[in-house]
Amino acid sequence: MRYSILSVLGQALKGQKDWKPVWRDAEPKPAYDVIIVGGGGHGLATAYYLAKEHDIRNVAVVEKGWIGGGNVGRNTTIIRSNYLLPGNIPFYEKSMKLWEGLEQDINYNAMISQRGILNLYHSDGQRDAYVRRGNAMRLHGVDAELLDREGVRKMYPFLNFDNARFPIHGGLLHRRGGTVRHDAVAWGYARAADQRGVDIIQNCEVTGIRVENGRVLGVETERGFIGANKVGLAAAGNSSRVAAMAGLKLPIESQVLQAFVSEGLKPLIPGVITFGAGHFYISQSDKGGLVFGGDLDGYNSYAQRGNLPVVEDVCEGGMALMPAIGRLRVLRGWGGIMDMSMDGSPIIDKTPVDGLYLNCGWCYGGFKATPASGFCFAHTIARDEPHELNAAYRLDRFRTGRLIDEKGVGAQPNLH
Amino acid sequence: MSRQPNRLASGGLVDRNKPQLFRFDGQPYQGFAGDTLASALLANGVSLFGRSFKYHRPRGLLSAGPEEPNALVELRSGARREPNTRATVAELYDGLEATSQNRWPSLRFDAMAVNQLFAPIFAAGFYYKTFMWPAAFWEKLYEPIIRRAAGLGRPAGSEDPDHYEKAFAHCDVLVIGSGPAGLMAALAAGRSGARVIIAEEDFRLGGRLICDRREVDGVPSVEWVARIASELEAMPEVRVMLRTSVFGVYDGGVYGALERVNDHVAVPPEFQPRQRMWRIMTRETILAAGSIERPVVFGDNDRPGVMMAGSVRTYTNRFAVAPGTRAAVFANNDDAARTIGDLEAAGVHVDAVIDPRPGSTDSVRSAARKAGSELIEGAIERATGGQRVQSVDVRSNGSTRSLSVDLVAMSGGWSPTVHLTSHQGSRPVWDDQLSAFLPGQTLPPGMTVAGAATGQFSLEACLAAGAAAGLDAAGRCGFRRAQLAVPSADPESTAVSPLWRVRGTKGKAFVDFQNDVAASDVELAEREGFRSVEHLKRYTTLGMATDQGKTANVNGLALMAEITAKSISQTGTTIFRPPYTPVAIGALAGHHRGEHFKPTRLTAGHAWAKRQGAVFVESGVWMRAAYFPRPGENDWLETTIREVNTVRSAVGVCDVSTLGKIDVQGRDAGKFLDFVYCNTFSTLAIGKARYGVMLREDGFAMDDGTTSRLAEDHYVVTTTTANAAKVMQHMEFCHQVLLPHLDVQMISISDQWAQYAIAGPKSRAVLQKIVDPRHDISNEAFPFMAAAEISLKGGIPARLFRISFSGEMAYELAVPAGFGEAAIVEIIKAGQEFGIAPYGLEALTVMRIEKGHVAGAEFNGQTTARDFGLGKMVSTKKEFVGRVMAQREALTQPDRPILVGLRPIEEGFRLRSGAHLLNRGAEPSLDNDQGYVTSTTYSPTLRSWIGLAFMKSGKERTGDTVRAWDAIRGTDALVEVVGPCFYDPKGERHHG
Amino acid sequence: MRIVCPFCGARDAQEFSYLGDASLQQRPDTPAGAPLDDAAHAAWHDYVYLRENPPGEHTEFWYHASGCRQWLKVTRHMRTHAISNVEAARPSSLRGAA
Repeated sequence: MRYSILSVLGQALKGQKDWKPVWRDAEPKPAYDVIIVGGGGHGLATAYYLAKEHDIRNVAVVEKGWIGGGNVGRNTTIIRSNYLLPGNIPFYEKSMKLWEGLEQDINYNAMISQRGILNLYHSDGQRDAYVRRGNAMRLHGVDAELLDREGVRKMYPFLNFDNARFPIHGGLLHRRGGTVRHDAVAWGYARAADQRGVDIIQNCEVTGIRVENGRVLGVETERGFIGANKVGLAAAGNSSRVAAMAGLKLPIESQVLQAFVSEGLKPLIPGVITFGAGHFYISQSDKGGLVFGGDLDGYNSYAQRGNLPVVEDVCEGGMALMPAIGRLRVLRGWGGIMDMSMDGSPIIDKTPVDGLYLNCGWCYGGFKATPASGFCFAHTIARDEPHELNAAYRLDRFRTGRLIDEKGVGAQPNLH
Repeated sequence: MSRQPNRLASGGLVDRNKPQLFRFDGQPYQGFAGDTLASALLANGVSLFGRSFKYHRPRGLLSAGPEEPNALVELRSGARREPNTRATVAELYDGLEATSQNRWPSLRFDAMAVNQLFAPIFAAGFYYKTFMWPAAFWEKLYEPIIRRAAGLGRPAGSEDPDHYEKAFAHCDVLVIGSGPAGLMAALAAGRSGARVIIAEEDFRLGGRLICDRREVDGVPSVEWVARIASELEAMPEVRVMLRTSVFGVYDGGVYGALERVNDHVAVPPEFQPRQRMWRIMTRETILAAGSIERPVVFGDNDRPGVMMAGSVRTYTNRFAVAPGTRAAVFANNDDAARTIGDLEAAGVHVDAVIDPRPGSTDSVRSAARKAGSELIEGAIERATGGQRVQSVDVRSNGSTRSLSVDLVAMSGGWSPTVHLTSHQGSRPVWDDQLSAFLPGQTLPPGMTVAGAATGQFSLEACLAAGAAAGLDAAGRCGFRRAQLAVPSADPESTAVSPLWRVRGTKGKAFVDFQNDVAASDVELAEREGFRSVEHLKRYTTLGMATDQGKTANVNGLALMAEITAKSISQTGTTIFRPPYTPVAIGALAGHHRGEHFKPTRLTAGHAWAKRQGAVFVESGVWMRAAYFPRPGENDWLETTIREVNTVRSAVGVCDVSTLGKIDVQGRDAGKFLDFVYCNTFSTLAIGKARYGVMLREDGFAMDDGTTSRLAEDHYVVTTTTANAAKVMQHMEFCHQVLLPHLDVQMISISDQWAQYAIAGPKSRAVLQKIVDPRHDISNEAFPFMAAAEISLKGGIPARLFRISFSGEMAYELAVPAGFGEAAIVEIIKAGQEFGIAPYGLEALTVMRIEKGHVAGAEFNGQTTARDFGLGKMVSTKKEFVGRVMAQREALTQPDRPILVGLRPIEEGFRLRSGAHLLNRGAEPSLDNDQGYVTSTTYSPTLRSWIGLAFMKSGKERTGDTVRAWDAIRGTDALVEVVGPCFYDPKGERHHG
Repeated sequence: MRIVCPFCGARDAQEFSYLGDASLQQRPDTPAGAPLDDAAHAAWHDYVYLRENPPGEHTEFWYHASGCRQWLKVTRHMRTHAISNVEAARPSSLRGAA
């Protein structure tokens, strides 16, 4: 059933009785043209764009648990296209463009809200770095504005302008940045992919990747072997583990990033704000909870939970930036496992194994990339070559030195 | 003033001699010390406490504890306003002010209650299906309306005036909860000699023992609690922490706890924190957190007056408040007997006891008989009434009848409080026998669970389990287990048969009260395929409210199991994440806010600079003097120009103490530095300094600085201010991990030495006045790049380096930090006759840009030594960190952006950092990007703005005119590409 | 999380800074002055960029920055964070001699 105000009103009269499952809980077929490993945002988007853009519909998304249970459901819901380096800018701008038309495209309200994202700066050096970034964005036609201290004060008078250890000097404003209802992205792509014939197979953990003579044949799962001409890996957080099944070792470490939500509140923060003198960023959800986060826990981990010092560090940043939130309460925190790559940027590429494709290394920025990642990964799989937008996200860049290191911290993932 | 109409004439743990006056929604009331806001309002006959999230339905108290979903208020006012405070745990104090929330214009008449009319539309997830057309309307119309309607309480708009503290505690045994199991555990461990912390979230010890009328060891339970409490208080190794919620379990036996030090007074006393966050490090933990009673899902079960049975008993017994006048008890378990007895004792007549269990049980039957209550085998289908329940529809034997009551005490059984057991990922396990989730198999290391939290619901079992857990924990910590008799308790029955919902009811049957998730929403979720627990939660928002589903999760899960005809264990379980109850952000931040957000480091000469009127700037955690304005100077630039001119024409002095300094000693010190730097230091002559660049192992530039050799086996390394700690750590790594066989030692001496740059043609003359005459610092004896240990002013030890960042003849003079202030005073005194002036970071930056020296803006981690034009420094003869990776193709390709100088064509144009470079006539695009400007300054020497930039094929482009494109600032100007060194490119001046 | 430093005793992990995989100790041996072949580039690529990243036990470098300034090799489980071994990175045979 197509979603619309009419269908909702119609069902209201019928006690909501006619709604069907948003996606079929499919049983695996013996073989597919393409299998995507990982039913998160990126995997589901990839399946959708394979069907939509390349008319490849004999596709399965294989998920070890329930779809959307990984990082697409454990993030701070921010979307933005405010990158510095030429390898990133066009890709994330494509993602933003896809976000801007997504709901009408997939007929699902993901509550995309371009509330603006403001990166604060607290020194001349930081300002200059943001100007370099803002100009790079403008070179590609991406919106970016530089605000001075008064400009920031006008926008967010409740920030600490009076007794800050690192006074706010201004900010880089990216008005098209914003937030999205994260779970809805997974469900919306699942529904749209399902409607185009994609099988979404839940509770089906991949236990092996069958490779013969350098060519992929399919995946072993806890529900048996499933054949495939092509296999795409989109299991961020567990990429190293999954790739190891095909004998690949990756430039990735898995680390925990925590995020938090406060109790529900009447509107306080209109947009997204990132603190420049500490690890802290915040926005407010439509339900009223403040959604905020900060730095990585800082060491390798596959445990989906965080440690106390980082909770404190994040709240310290919050109080330094906006001391009015002191009496508001942290309701819930969660930890997601990040694929931290060695230069802080993702990998979407072919692999040395024929028919095996890789989508990983999203660090803590995978959510905003979901549409473009799916779009580019679908292209890479369908055409057996990268789209120009993901041409820089090659696996061999670490060998050649064509790194995309936005922060310039080198091969130390916990600093990206 | 009201007279507390519902307060019982006697009994309860409230102090009738201490009346407390308070206000709710402006209305004055009176309660007693020992009340909560909830019990005090209830005593005053208030039954309407709040409005629900989505439908704005009127809501009263459901519970008497931290699980409360309905009775949320804004506590206090102004900057101290605390939205979403549970009235059930807010301790009453004289002068308390509370306001109802999420209603307009008033609690009684809430216009938003119109949402109830749209309930058929506002089903779970309806918003995912609509509001999509026209696309622009979402942000402009729909979302703003939704945002205003959503949310609960209003945040305070101004800075929290209270303070928060952090504290650390270590113990052998941490006991969480002070009910029967917790008290016995603490007693057992304490008597065995263990260091014990017992944490209780309430302001009184006892748990259910002070809420029920029980007998322990032959005395009323309240008396027994008091006896144990005083024994615990008397033990020197036992610490009793009231008002302390253990909110999280972290790795390595670390527990987070929040102590509400002063939430029970209007304003914290002076110098006292509002709350204190504890990090408790423990070897053993006994979780005795008890259990939480479950509601029954029936029609309009949210009407004020429908309450949890155990909470009804809490109000009558602990607070001496009658929550109604005529009650119906609706329970699927034998606790009903106690509820009937307590209500009757409180003078509340129980009209009917509704028990869905066929034939009920002996204990319930006899209690009902004793109270003269009708025992009905059946179920409540629906509660009726608006802002207070008036009657219930009871179905029995196929027919339904209405009973007039103003109180429903319901109980769907008890859920063990297993939250903390699952903070490290352990999944609670369903037990069919007990109809409850019990702690999972793998608990956090060191944790045991005792009492009702493991499903031991009888008092006797709780006492015994607590004692055993306490003795065992102490034993595991190496203490001899004390002798301890387990006290006796009055007999009871704890039989329960599950009843998840009453089928076929009319009206909304709520599962999650606060978020308005009804049974029909769970059904809809199932219909749409959201059948896993995670999908159910996320789609319906069940369990996502401020109570985190403490009363809702199990019912929601059981309902899903029932609908899908699966068992509860097949359907799943939810694990809980910290915090157990919400924690104030201020408490987690502690003192780290405002100016104390991060430490402030000051140099030894800071006070002196302050006296000179310096303007300071943050440089990492350091404060550095940016410039020293003089009367009549209008802005920083005018001052900076004067300071530069002073250095270039006479002499200036600058505090450079913030540079990192590392002392490296040992037979292999030279060899070691050769490995750490891309250039060579083993060949450096004793008494000489050399500039060095350090690479990361991936070949990119990491840091730079000068290193001096003071002896055969002794070097002093300097690093940039920003990288001091990082370089120290890196050098230790290189030694301890990569070259462990080298005989070398290093230590940071950044704090031990104050250092001043003395620069300008007259710098030597100044120094000659303070350096002891036995040290010859003439140009011949102490030329450019000389370094020596010297003394000043008759024997003060010092180090002198003839190095120059400004391009002038210059020295850096290091003195022990204790002499830092004296040294700058002496330098200035000595320099008076030569016109010396202090200069700050701004002037230093101007001069380094004029000289084309790279600094932080160029060391951005994306650049190489070659990019700086320092490719020739990189040794090809020896091994060093980064050697191989620096030779990768992308790091050596000829058109890589390299360092150039820029000079605007238009006179007076202010070139600014962050501009990108474009060829003339080229469209602005990423493909046409030629590079970016890193550092700019006004050069008083050249009387023009100048800049440094990284530019593609920069060297070949010298003399070209390109555009400095700064769209974000709205400028686009032509600049000439020049060499990066603008001043004295031949380097004659620093030779003196 | 707490780490039992062999020199200082049990300390909060906040006192330490993290570097990662202890295989970083095996720095490839590529003599200076000799031309770099593909094998050398490959060995260095693997050393600098590739990581085992196992979901189980992991031996990794921590630096006791706010303590004894010693680099430690810590063996820790990636799912439970349980630490099974801590030792100094620099062999004890070389300690004291220098």
